[in-house]
Amino acid sequence: MKQIGEWALAAATARGATLAEARIVHERTRQLGTRNGRVSVAGEGESIGLGVRVLCHGGWGFAATQELTREGVERCAALAVEIARASAGVQREPVRLLPEPAAVAEWSSPCRIDPFAVPVEESLELLRKIDRTLTAVEGVTLAEAGMSFRRHEQWFYSSEGADIHQTRVTTGAGFAAHAFEGDSIQTRSYPNSFGGQHQNKGYELVHELQLLANAERVARECVELLKAPQCPEGRRDLILDGSQLGLQIHESIGHPIELDRVLGYEANFAGTSFLTLDKLHNLQYGSELVNVVADARPEHGPGLGTYAYDDEGVAAQQVPIITAGRFEGYLSSRDTAARIGRARSGGHLRAENWLRVPIVRMSNVSILPSEKPMSFADLVASTDDGIYMQTNRSWSIDDKRYNFQFGCEAAWEIKGGKLGRMLRNPSYSGITTEFWNSMEAICDRREWTLWGTPNCGKGQPEQGMGTGHGAAPARFKQVKIGGAYGE
Amino acid sequence: MSVNGMDEQRCAEIFERVRRAGPEGEVEVAIQGGRSALTRFANNGITQNVDEESCEVSIRVQMGGRTARASTNRLDDEGLRTALRKAETLARVQEEDAELLPMVSSTEAGAAVALDHYDEATAAMGAAERAAQAEAMITVALREGLNSAGTYATGESYEALFNSQGVARWHRETTAEASITMQATDSSGWQKQNHLRAGEVDARGLAEVAAEKARRSAAPVEVAPGKYTVILEPSAVVDLIGFLAADFTGLALLEQRSCLNGRLGAQIFGENITLVDDVTDAGQSGAAFDGEGVMRQPLKLIERGVAREVAMSRGTAARVRRSELASILPNARATGHGLYLPNETGEAAVNLVFKVAAGEAKSVEEMIARTERGLLVTRLWYIREVDAYEKILTGMTRDGTFLIEDGRVGKGVRNLRFNQGVVQMLRQVLDLGVPARASGEESFDMVAPAMRVEGFQFTEVTRF
Repeated sequence: MKQIGEWALAAATARGATLAEARIVHERTRQLGTRNGRVSVAGEGESIGLGVRVLCHGGWGFAATQELTREGVERCAALAVEIARASAGVQREPVRLLPEPAAVAEWSSPCRIDPFAVPVEESLELLRKIDRTLTAVEGVTLAEAGMSFRRHEQWFYSSEGADIHQTRVTTGAGFAAHAFEGDSIQTRSYPNSFGGQHQNKGYELVHELQLLANAERVARECVELLKAPQCPEGRRDLILDGSQLGLQIHESIGHPIELDRVLGYEANFAGTSFLTLDKLHNLQYGSELVNVVADARPEHGPGLGTYAYDDEGVAAQQVPIITAGRFEGYLSSRDTAARIGRARSGGHLRAENWLRVPIVRMSNVSILPSEKPMSFADLVASTDDGIYMQTNRSWSIDDKRYNFQFGCEAAWEIKGGKLGRMLRNPSYSGITTEFWNSMEAICDRREWTLWGTPNCGKGQPEQGMGTGHGAAPARFKQVKIGGAYGE
Repeated sequence: MSVNGMDEQRCAEIFERVRRAGPEGEVEVAIQGGRSALTRFANNGITQNVDEESCEVSIRVQMGGRTARASTNRLDDEGLRTALRKAETLARVQEEDAELLPMVSSTEAGAAVALDHYDEATAAMGAAERAAQAEAMITVALREGLNSAGTYATGESYEALFNSQGVARWHRETTAEASITMQATDSSGWQKQNHLRAGEVDARGLAEVAAEKARRSAAPVEVAPGKYTVILEPSAVVDLIGFLAADFTGLALLEQRSCLNGRLGAQIFGENITLVDDVTDAGQSGAAFDGEGVMRQPLKLIERGVAREVAMSRGTAARVRRSELASILPNARATGHGLYLPNETGEAAVNLVFKVAAGEAKSVEEMIARTERGLLVTRLWYIREVDAYEKILTGMTRDGTFLIEDGRVGKGVRNLRFNQGVVQMLRQVLDLGVPARASGEESFDMVAPAMRVEGFQFTEVTRF
C-alpha cells in the first residue's frame, strides 16, 4: 500500500500540490437478515480504492479511483490537482491549515471474535430462532432480525510525512416485531430501533446483547401497544431511556457543534447551527448536571466514533463540549479550527470510505453519567408524576438545531414513583437549550451505554457515518408531550 | 464514451468470466458504476470539489430455494472468483425457501426498451466548467449582497444485468444538478434543479429566484401554529410524496405495514389526485429494468383518488396470487419494480408522475391569488414518519416561507413544524399546478406539481 501512496503523493506534489494526502481503504462487509421466517438479506461486500486530497494555490481538490495501478493512481492524483486549481480560482480566501505532527502509527480496534470467522449458519440459526420466537406471539404480523459486520482497514499517507494504518471491526445486531390491527401499526425493537446496537466490536457483541432472551418480551409489548391508550398531550416530567437520549444528544448537541456547519459550509444541505461563535464559553447550554464530551480515544469505549487518528492524520482526543452546562467546544478539522483561531484541530475529519472526501463528523459525543449513585429504579422512584419513553420511532429537528420532535415506540406512565400503564404513540418536542436546561437527574455509570448510530447522513455528495453516543436514562422537567398527534 | 473503459461489451465479458469460474446453480451479475463530480461552495467561494469514479460487480447465485449475493470492486479474475465463492457459501448454508422463484428468463423479463438518457456534452464537463457554473451563482449573491452556498454537479453512470437464463440488460445516463441557498441576515431562499442534460439546468436562473426569496423573506414574522391553507412548491410536494411511495408495494401489503392495508380500491384521496409510475415519461430518469432484469411496466397507483395498483417483484406477485390479497389484486403480476434479491422491502415505485389535466392546472401565481390567508412553502426539511398507518409526517419548513394575505405574498414567516397525515392531505388538495421534474432533499426526483392544500397542520414554530 505504501507504494500506492507514494505514487499518489509524488504525482500530486510534482504538479504543484502544497499538501497531498493519499487514503487507501480496504473494506469488507457482511449482512444477514430474516423476515417472517425467510432469509431477507444474505450478502457480502468487498471494496478497495484510493482517495487523494490535495491543496493547490490554496484550493481543495479530491479525486477517487479503484484503479490502483501506477497509471491509475497518478491519473487520480493529477485530476485532484486539476480540480484544486479550479477551486482556487473561485475562492474568497485561501485555505489555511493548522500544523499537526506527522504521525507514524498502527492501531486496531479490539475484536475478541472475528465476525467473518463465525460460520454463517451459526448466525442464521440465531436469527431464525429469534424470528420463530417473535412470530409465535399472537398478533405479531411482521418479524425482522438482522446482523451486520464491517472490517474497515485504512492506510493514510501525507506529503507531510504521516504514515498511519488503522483497522476497525464493527458489529451490529437487533430485531423488531410489528403488529397491525384496525387503524394502527405498532413496532417494538431490541436493543434499539433501526438495526439494533452497533459498536466497534467483534461477534462478542452479538453474545452480549442477549437477543433471544429478550425476543418474547419485546413481541408481547408490541402487541400490547395495539390496545394501549394514546399518550396524552401536555407538559409532563419525562424520563428517556439511554438509547433515546443518545439520539437526542446526536441531533441537538452532536450536529450543532460541528464547526463546518457553524461556519456555513453545510448551509445548502445539512444546515447551519444556532451555536454561533459568540456563544462559545458563554451559553448555558444545559443544567449543571449536563457534561458532554466528544471523545474518539479508545479508552472512551468501543463506539462507532472511536479511532486513533482522524482522516487527515490528527490524533484522537477528548474535547470538552459542555461542562456543568456551559458550552465549551466544537467538533473541528485543521482548516475549520484555523478559521476560528484555535491552536489545534479536535480531530473530527472523517470519510465514509475511499470514494468520499473527509468532512467534519462526530466521534463519540457522550453525556457523562452521574457521579452520585442513581440507578434506573432510583430515577423512577424519585418521579412523582411523569412519563417514561423508550426506543426511538421518529426524529426531526430544524436546520439550525433549535426545534426538535421525537417519537418513541413505547411509553409508561409514572405515578408516585412507580411505573404504570403502557401508552402508545408517545412523542415529545422542544427547543434545544430549554430542553437541556430542564435536565434534573441522570443515572450513574451502571446504566450508561455507548450507543451506536450507524447511519448519520451529511455532506454533498451525502455520506453515511457511524457515530457513538454514551448515555444513561435521564429526567427532564415539564417537557411538551404528545404534540405529534395533537390538534 | 465510457467510464473507466466500461461499456456494454466489457460488462458482458465480466459476466462471461463469472460463468467460466463455474458457479454452482444459477447466476446473476449486476454491474453498476460511473463517475460523479461535485463542486461545492459556501460563503461565496468553493469549499469542496470532488470527482469520484467507481465500478462494482455484484454476483447472485441461486441453488434450489437458496440465494445470496456478494459484491466486489476487484474486477480481475481472482476478485470475481472470490466474490462468487462467498455468494455460494452464503447460499449453501441456508434453509430452502419454497417461495423463491428460479431466475427470470429473457422471455419472461420482456423485450428491452432503450431510453435516451445520455448526453455527451454533460459527460464531458470538467472541473473548470463546474467552477464556472458555481461562479455564475456566486456572482448573483455578490451583486445582491447575499451569502451563497450550493453545489453544481455532473455525472455519468451505467448499470448492466445478466443472468444464466439469458437476460442481458444495459443502461447508461448522465445527470447534472445545481442547488443554491442564498442567505441574508435573518432570511434565506433555496432552489434546486436536476436534469439528464446540463444544458437544461439554469444555475444562474436558480440563483436569481433563491436571491429573490431571501430578500422577500427578510425580517420574518412569527405566526401562530395551527391549520393553514398552504401552497407547496413542487420540491415540498416531492419530499412528502416520496414517503407515500413505499406503501404502494405488494410486499408492504403482504406484511401489513402499508397505509393501504384495507384501503386498496377505495376512494381514500381526492378525486383530483392521479399518480402513475412511468419510467418512459420525459421527465424521468433511471433504467427501464428492475433488479432482476424485468422491464418496468407503467402503474396507475392512484386514479382519481382511488388507490389502484402497486409495484410488485416476481416473487411478491406470486405470493400475492396465493394470498388473501388475490381477491383485491386479481391480476397480480411482476411490474418490473423488484429490487436486487435478496432484499428486505421487495420492490419500489421510483418513477412517479402526477397527472393533471391541462385545463385544470393552476399556476402558483393563480393559487396565491385564490388564497385569502395562507402560507407559501418553498421546501420542507427533516421529514420523518410519525404514524405508519395514517402516514403522519413531521418536518420543518425551510429557506423561504411566506404569509399570504388577501391573495398576495406578504412577509416571510419564521419556520414552522408540521405534523400532517399525507393520506388526509391528498384529500384536501384545492389546486394543482403543471407537473414538472422536481427535486427535494428527502426523496427521489419526480414529476410533481405545486399544490394548494387546505387545513395543513403546523404544530410549533422555531426561533428563525
